[in-house]
Amino acid sequence: MDWLSLLAYSVFFLNLVGIYAVLVLGLNMQWGMTGQFNIGVAGFFAVGAYTSAILTTGPSDDWLGGFDLPFLAGLVGAVIVTIPIAWVIGRITARLRTDYLAIATIGIAEIIRLFFLNEGWLSNGTRGIPGIDTPFNVGNAGYLLIVTLFVAGTYWLVEIAQRSPWGRVLRAIRDNEAATAAAGKDVARFRLEAFVVGSCIMALGGGLYAHFVGFISPEAFRPLYGTFLVWVMLIAGGSGNNRGVLLGALVVWIIWSSTEILAGLMPTALIGSESAFRIFLIGVLLQIILVSRPQGLLPEKRPRMPGAGR
Amino acid sequence: MAEIAQLLINGILLGSILALGAVGATMIFGVLRFAHFAHGDFMAIGAYFALTVVTVFNLPVLAALPVAMLMTAGLAVGIDQVVYRRIRRVQPVILLISSFATALVLRSLIQMIWGSSNQVYQTGIQMPWRIGPLTLKPDHLLIFAAAAILVFLVHLFLTHTRMGKAMRAMSDNMDLALITGIPADRVIMWTWAIGGALAAAAGVLLGMDTRLHPVMGWTLLLPIFAATILGGIGRPYGAIVGGLVIGCAMELSTLIIPGAYKPAVAFAIMVATLIVRPQGIIRGSL
Repeated sequence: MDWLSLLAYSVFFLNLVGIYAVLVLGLNMQWGMTGQFNIGVAGFFAVGAYTSAILTTGPSDDWLGGFDLPFLAGLVGAVIVTIPIAWVIGRITARLRTDYLAIATIGIAEIIRLFFLNEGWLSNGTRGIPGIDTPFNVGNAGYLLIVTLFVAGTYWLVEIAQRSPWGRVLRAIRDNEAATAAAGKDVARFRLEAFVVGSCIMALGGGLYAHFVGFISPEAFRPLYGTFLVWVMLIAGGSGNNRGVLLGALVVWIIWSSTEILAGLMPTALIGSESAFRIFLIGVLLQIILVSRPQGLLPEKRPRMPGAGR
Repeated sequence: MAEIAQLLINGILLGSILALGAVGATMIFGVLRFAHFAHGDFMAIGAYFALTVVTVFNLPVLAALPVAMLMTAGLAVGIDQVVYRRIRRVQPVILLISSFATALVLRSLIQMIWGSSNQVYQTGIQMPWRIGPLTLKPDHLLIFAAAAILVFLVHLFLTHTRMGKAMRAMSDNMDLALITGIPADRVIMWTWAIGGALAAAAGVLLGMDTRLHPVMGWTLLLPIFAATILGGIGRPYGAIVGGLVIGCAMELSTLIIPGAYKPAVAFAIMVATLIVRPQGIIRGSL
């Protein structure tokens, strides 16, 4: 591999890291900050990607298209469509205990995937939606700049949110729900808000993803790619710590990509299918992290109390 | 009318498979207090264990069933000892994530060992019986009988053995059970063994009814959790009722909506249960 193709590969690689970083920041808002166990990331990821794809592609007989809107309008649309969906889901599930919420959200993600798989008029079913343009024809390198801007913007917003009174209430709910309710906070409302905001960030990630790969089908939103990798990134990086989350996205994507090289080195007779072997490795890796370092690479840091001694 | 009757037969069939899965899931949920996301993949790997026994020793499927159940029980206890036991005291949620990882590891192992294409226990077509307008395959009766016998054995275990009673006690009231000196670690091991064995049985029966595929268990996970919650967490008898109700509802729903949305029906029932009667049909322990 000469240095030019290596550079091209790193650009491609960093684009995906950036897109996943957005997804993980969204999940961190729900789990890291509020303690909502959403394992339906793939559902909101899919809603964002499909909305953005449908809004920005040209006319077609195979799916609901032809709006031909610009890139940014597609992203805004993705977020706007996600708000009512996340609100309804959050409304129903906000009062559920953690394990019920987990079951409910994974169910929702599967149903959203089934919906895109079976409603061909909307999404072209299994054949998916091709030909989603990269905005402004910038190519991968230019797109990396756009993705970086969105990651930086999202990071900045969630950091502000986390330090704000709103974020402090969320953490209080996570750590002691009863005490927060006793302090007069409307726990259900704060939870619902965090769920919707987190889901919208995930939808934004979905929109960015659709424009990067240019083709989406329900296959991309299986629980493995859509949910599991995002969770591995969050746990490995350090849930509750936004910088840790970004680090987690990078590290886990490096590991995930190197499993491809490792799988290529193994004899096929031994591992059967390459993708299965990669999933196996990443699953074992997560188990090791959970057993040996459940707090992640960069554990959550408590913000300094205002007015505390320095 | 005949159509509804036929769908009910299919529903009871699916329901008894779901019930076997749900009884194990509800006992694990009750004793260990977490939703075990790898339960569907226990089913799948059990079905594949039986496939190996069937092809290597050329045995009928029902003879391979006990072997597959033993192997899966061993696997479940092994996974608990190696992974879950170490994180049990950290946070229940870590266990949940870990079981999600276990699910993926098991599924990819199945793909690596047995391949990812569809497989069947027996090739060839079984002539169905025709009773008036209804059709029934001989296999269907075997599946139903096997499920009924296993459920009865679980009932005997829970009501007549010390370990079964200890398990129900831990599921009912953990603190009280521990105070009375119930050996928690042994109860947990037994819970995994029985949960794993029942999941394997459900997987084998599902494989007899349809086909073997690496995601066969994962696709039934949601209906199984629905049956668990509908029946009341930690309630084996509730799980049986829940499994039958969910199975019949999923089959009957094809009268009105496309069959592809069957999992959504199970899900809708589950959400309705959580809103209207979160403790389930039989008051659950959580």
